[in-house]
Amino acid sequence: MISVDAREKLKSIVGNENYQDSNEMKLVYSYDATPNFQSLPDAIVSPKNTKEVSELLKTCNEYQIPIVPRGSGTNLAAGTCPTNGGIVLLFNHMKDIIEIDEDNLTVTVQPGVITLDMVNAVEEKGFFYPPDPSSMKISTMGGNLMENSGGLRGLKYGVTRDYVLGLEVVLPNGDIVQTGGKLAKDVAGYDLTRLLIGSEGTLGIITEATLKLIPMPEAKKTVLAVYEDLESAARSVSKIISDKIIPTTLEFMDQSTIKVVEDFAKVGLPVEAEAVLLIEQDGPIEVVERDMAHIEKVCKEMNAISVQVAQSEEEADALRTARRSALSALARLRPTTILEDATVPRSEIAKMVHAIKEIEEKHNVTICTFGHAGDGNLHPTCLTDARDHDELKRVEQAFEDIFVEAIKLGGTITGEHGVGEMKSPYLELKLGEAGVNAMKSIKQAFDPNNIMNPGKIFAKDERKRVVIG
Amino acid sequence: MTTKEQRKQNVQQSFEDRMEYDELLNCMRCGFCLPSCPTYLETNRNEAASPRGRIALIKGVVDGVIEPDQDFEDQLNMCLGCRACEPVCPSGVNYGHILEEARDILESNKKRTAPEKAVRWFAFDKLFPHHQNMVRVNSLLWFYQSSGIQSVVRKSGVLKLFPDNMQTMEKVLPPIPKPSDLKSRPRHLHAEAEQKARVAFFSGCLMDTMFMKTNDATLSLLQKAGCEIVVPEDQACCGALHGHSGEKDSAKALAKRNIEAFESLQADYIILNAGGCGAFLVDYGHLLKDEPEWTERAKAFSEKIKDISEVLVEMDFHKKDLKLPKRIATYQDSCHLRNVMRTHTAPRKLLSSIEGVEFVELKEADHCCGSAGIYNLVQEEMSMQILDHKMEKVRDISPQVIVTANPGCLLQMKMGIEREGLGDQMEAVHLVDLLLEAVQ
Repeated sequence: MISVDAREKLKSIVGNENYQDSNEMKLVYSYDATPNFQSLPDAIVSPKNTKEVSELLKTCNEYQIPIVPRGSGTNLAAGTCPTNGGIVLLFNHMKDIIEIDEDNLTVTVQPGVITLDMVNAVEEKGFFYPPDPSSMKISTMGGNLMENSGGLRGLKYGVTRDYVLGLEVVLPNGDIVQTGGKLAKDVAGYDLTRLLIGSEGTLGIITEATLKLIPMPEAKKTVLAVYEDLESAARSVSKIISDKIIPTTLEFMDQSTIKVVEDFAKVGLPVEAEAVLLIEQDGPIEVVERDMAHIEKVCKEMNAISVQVAQSEEEADALRTARRSALSALARLRPTTILEDATVPRSEIAKMVHAIKEIEEKHNVTICTFGHAGDGNLHPTCLTDARDHDELKRVEQAFEDIFVEAIKLGGTITGEHGVGEMKSPYLELKLGEAGVNAMKSIKQAFDPNNIMNPGKIFAKDERKRVVIG
Repeated sequence: MTTKEQRKQNVQQSFEDRMEYDELLNCMRCGFCLPSCPTYLETNRNEAASPRGRIALIKGVVDGVIEPDQDFEDQLNMCLGCRACEPVCPSGVNYGHILEEARDILESNKKRTAPEKAVRWFAFDKLFPHHQNMVRVNSLLWFYQSSGIQSVVRKSGVLKLFPDNMQTMEKVLPPIPKPSDLKSRPRHLHAEAEQKARVAFFSGCLMDTMFMKTNDATLSLLQKAGCEIVVPEDQACCGALHGHSGEKDSAKALAKRNIEAFESLQADYIILNAGGCGAFLVDYGHLLKDEPEWTERAKAFSEKIKDISEVLVEMDFHKKDLKLPKRIATYQDSCHLRNVMRTHTAPRKLLSSIEGVEFVELKEADHCCGSAGIYNLVQEEMSMQILDHKMEKVRDISPQVIVTANPGCLLQMKMGIEREGLGDQMEAVHLVDLLLEAVQ
């Protein structure tokens, strides 16, 4: 609840039109893309600049009002669901591309800019910003930074974190801090930039970011390798990488995923295949040709039925776009789609795919798997019905098993979607008690009143839902 | 309990009873629809004005989380119903069906004033379903334009009493055909080339009165392409206006009349030239889903529905000798033609094949122009905001012709040209009128 006094203060900062608390508005900011999570905020606030953000945070800190920063609400771990009420902070007035610096190869943006809009703007000038989360057409850069988003090109080019040079951040006490800068080297003190990236809105609000750009690769080639069984596809992935080739993209889809994606996108995917790999390489033309020839050879050695080369950039783009729609397309099959992003070292991918199959059978649930096979980041997706509590319980058990298996193989509970509230009970599985405590002390130091996205990352109670045997 | 509260409760109950919960759950809230939604973009990304938001609001009412208050109703009314969110939805959510059902529930629980009731009764029960009445209104318009009253009215300044867009609309209405020209047209026409198909023509209510010339052009093109044409006399209005305005029962009655009128004709296709009608006709199966004796018949009917552009391409019309004086042309998609009938390459293909025409793609041609049935009359502000942004994109490419494929879009683009004062530089035409000019 927001007191009358606090409400008047918040309104005076942003103006009446930027403070909304109708039932309608509260409802549409009560969710993100995570199934089974919904909770009404008390108000929705749209600041226009850093100064307003600072004043808002100061006031919220004073009145202990929770703040949930929200980009476009595509989070998959309930990270943007206001489960503790409070205000949802929007950035629809802060969406400018401030500068593209062609001398320093950087772009400076406000948090509300749509990822793809920024990508298009820099590409127009011949630059390349590689992170490409599947939601890039919708997501904001603020969201990408707070979640340290990955994407299809993570294998070769890394993730959002690897492209952030500097930030302007507002801390819960209202302080405005500049971290990093247009610098390739900078060791002045702790690396606050990296600490903030992926902090899921729990430490402060990013109001400006300076990102690194690289030159656009000269050539690109895309192939689709088709398999009669899952493991051959998985073994191809490991073999390609152990042969010292790092493709830009190495995406995997199993048969159920292929079917629904084809149903939606109609790009000619082989619906009879058990698995496909979408492989891309970019760079100087000679290197691309050489790598692709080798990749083709490896796939065929690993029993690929066929390896087709995309004939044009349009065709390649259609395949990428189709792959990006995988999660949402799976929603065609059952009312509820729950997805995880357990990640393992890339050498363990075949074992992980195999383990997921066994877990699926053991718990009698339906799991479709797709994902970024090349960087070990799989997206096992459970198709279920939120109204069937018995099945939902089995789904939860299956996911626990998947997390345990991933950790056993040296992996993690989440590769790119974040912990949010959904995976908070499993954090200790990955970090251990000491690890969680270390993180909690950081949180305490930045946000002693726990106003920044409370309830996220750290489980509400100490009860561990998963115990490793 | 007050009447107002009682009504809210009734609405809430109807939402619970009538909305298909599986369809609501099918939206997994990924947000892939957001960038396609004109009202989401025009409201500076207000989630409530997006497809995901509107579905959440409807589900919120069904679940009892929020009340169906005025904000809720306003938000549903602000939706253009362009359905651009459907082709981009990987989960295949039938947003149009959800919206239509929700609006119908609100409508059937509405207490209207007597004058409102009268106007709706006249429009939905008396005017559109009856060709003769359409002809009568048409005659009035014709008399208005040709008797000299129009110029007197314009000079008098009386029009200033009407909202801005009504004034503009009055200016851009096409020359209305003379009552005597609205003769009963021939019911059977022969192919003028080697016969390739037997087709039935859906003439539409507005298209067959105010836009009669375009209907004539359509028939002529079909004949030249090699079609034998039947035009059943007892066909009715498609019912789209009724369906989109929450008058579902009338829409159903019209659907049945049309199915009966066309099903015995043994036509290969049922052709039309208005995307808005087409989208409703292909959906008769859904409209009549609760009446099993009609479902199969509706399906058979819907499967034959095709836009004129698709049929022309299929019959290689674009390979004919088509020629026009040099000009730049662009194409504004009809939302329902594109998003529901999924026709978008055929019109472009036809335009590109005309010698002398340089086809330039309009940026965001797939975004609604703001016409959306009667939306530009009832949601004037948003409609004009959308149109003004559309015209900015038009200015970027400065075409001499803006081609459309639906009467509503045609009038709206004419209004856009008028509002921008570009009348001496460009015109808006229906695709078939341009094609007829090119083939002659």
